[in-house]
Amino acid sequence: MIQSSTSRTPDSSSRRRFLVSSARTVSSAALLGLGIGLYSRQSVSLPAEALRPPGALAEADFLSACIRCGLCVRDCPFDTLSLAKLGDPVTTGTPYFTARDVPCEMCDDIPCVKACPSGALDHNLEKIDDARMGLAVLLDQENCLNFQGLRCDVCYRICPAINEAITLEHVSNVRSGKHAMFIPTVHSDHCTGCGKCERACVLEEAAIKVLPLRLAKGELGHHYRWGWKEKEKAGGSLVTPDSEHKFNLPEGQHYEYEDQGLIFDDNTSNNSPFSSDPLKTLNQGMKESL
Amino acid sequence: MIMSRQPGTEAIQKNGWLLAHKWLLARRISQLTILTLFMIGPWFGMWLIKGNLNSSLILDTVPLTDPYILLQSLFAGHNLETVAITGAAIVLAFYLLVSGRVYCSWVCPVNMITDLAHWLRQRLNIKNASSISKNSRYWLLAVTLLLALITNNLAWEVVNPVSMMHRGLIFGMGMAWTVLLAIFLFDLLVSRRGWCSHLCPVGAFYSLLGTHSPLRIRADARAQCDDCMDCFVVCPEQQVIRPALKGADKNIGPVITSANCTNCGRCIDVCAKEVFHFGLRFNNKEKHKHHFNNQTKNSTGAEVL
Repeated sequence: MIQSSTSRTPDSSSRRRFLVSSARTVSSAALLGLGIGLYSRQSVSLPAEALRPPGALAEADFLSACIRCGLCVRDCPFDTLSLAKLGDPVTTGTPYFTARDVPCEMCDDIPCVKACPSGALDHNLEKIDDARMGLAVLLDQENCLNFQGLRCDVCYRICPAINEAITLEHVSNVRSGKHAMFIPTVHSDHCTGCGKCERACVLEEAAIKVLPLRLAKGELGHHYRWGWKEKEKAGGSLVTPDSEHKFNLPEGQHYEYEDQGLIFDDNTSNNSPFSSDPLKTLNQGMKESL
Repeated sequence: MIMSRQPGTEAIQKNGWLLAHKWLLARRISQLTILTLFMIGPWFGMWLIKGNLNSSLILDTVPLTDPYILLQSLFAGHNLETVAITGAAIVLAFYLLVSGRVYCSWVCPVNMITDLAHWLRQRLNIKNASSISKNSRYWLLAVTLLLALITNNLAWEVVNPVSMMHRGLIFGMGMAWTVLLAIFLFDLLVSRRGWCSHLCPVGAFYSLLGTHSPLRIRADARAQCDDCMDCFVVCPEQQVIRPALKGADKNIGPVITSANCTNCGRCIDVCAKEVFHFGLRFNNKEKHKHHFNNQTKNSTGAEVL
């Protein structure tokens, strides 16, 4: 008993020490990992003002693909892009731009995408017009000058896709009662989210802003159908057309909707089916229904 | 303040300060040159090399990509692109040849901070037993890859001091200096060589590339060792020296085979007896024991592989 315990002691104590130290190392690493993991989770929330370069994958995919090298930043000829520093509200080391400061100039050859070695910026983007960095939204109708009936039009004029991404829609000016208002209207099928409109807006704080698509776009219920579009597609109404309504009035009478109402064909009096006694009329109705 | 004896004093007396620091100086020149090459672009608009250590482009033609960050990207669920793979292949080939941790001692900018911390620590004679396991880095390496897998994000890159420092110097530091200060203070006050030799998962990854690399430091003249311990004091990975230096009795060859030797060459600098030199990992047998050669050739081959 004593012998066996003495012979086992150095062995088991070294095994014990090994197990304890291993457990400590592993749990420390796990704890550190937990901290980093939680911090990284928190730091991936991209603020709405920060826009990704053209061709950037959807944010979640982008964060797994971007290797934080800054080559896109280097190849941007207008110094639009910057690389997030530690402390910035954007994930450290990833590229972004702020439209109000420096918008994207939409180079035809898209050098930033070409520079990307990892595919975080999608190399399939061949035309800059197909880029969707965000979507311009005229957020503040109370301060937009055009909404007050003035002819500012700056966002419309500066838009690289003028008359496509932003159009001016004429609406009557109720305030003056006799003028037109030219309402800048953004169309998502052409807006690349370059941000030139936001940069150019003459207000102290831009009334039109480029938002990430997730914020700017609504999404229709997947079962929704626009009746008129379906009708157009089908080349005609998809439901049985309404038959003309019949009023089933007694002979000598008919009814004209939105007109005179009940019309007696001959004007001889008292051709009415209704008795002068209302109770009698009701009773009659009951009998008929029985 | 008590000053401890400076390692390398004898070597300085014998060979002069410059020769007794030649590899250290070469290393600093290498680290600063690489940094300068990256900085020339933003400073002077001459783009010899663009990007940073994560990925770069030399003269707009040759891509270089850090295989470790690409591995994280793969774990995070991204399909790798040709340019990045090509870049990583070039970097991999280089470090497989010269030993992975050459990255740590000849390239990594954080090494200058931790070396400074270690130098100051010795000067101020700060001694406290750190109980961090040298294997922690491998666990951390596993954790960083696991994090990428779980979060679908390069989570480690959010805090990685190595890429943060290099990127910071080139693209703007932001608050990254706080992380670097923390590492400096950690190495100075908490743990001897705490970051680079115990925790850093980047170094851990690169050490895995050095298990079979031909370029190694050899202690062929180990018989001349006078046990002054200077090499041991300066070595950032002390455990790697003993087998090669003191293994003659146990029939261990004179090559420092551990993948965690960073090939920094500081041991060569400080040794007045000129025990160490850069060499290849082959012929890992003592020169005077010729009669062993034929007998142990096979076992040597197995060791190399």
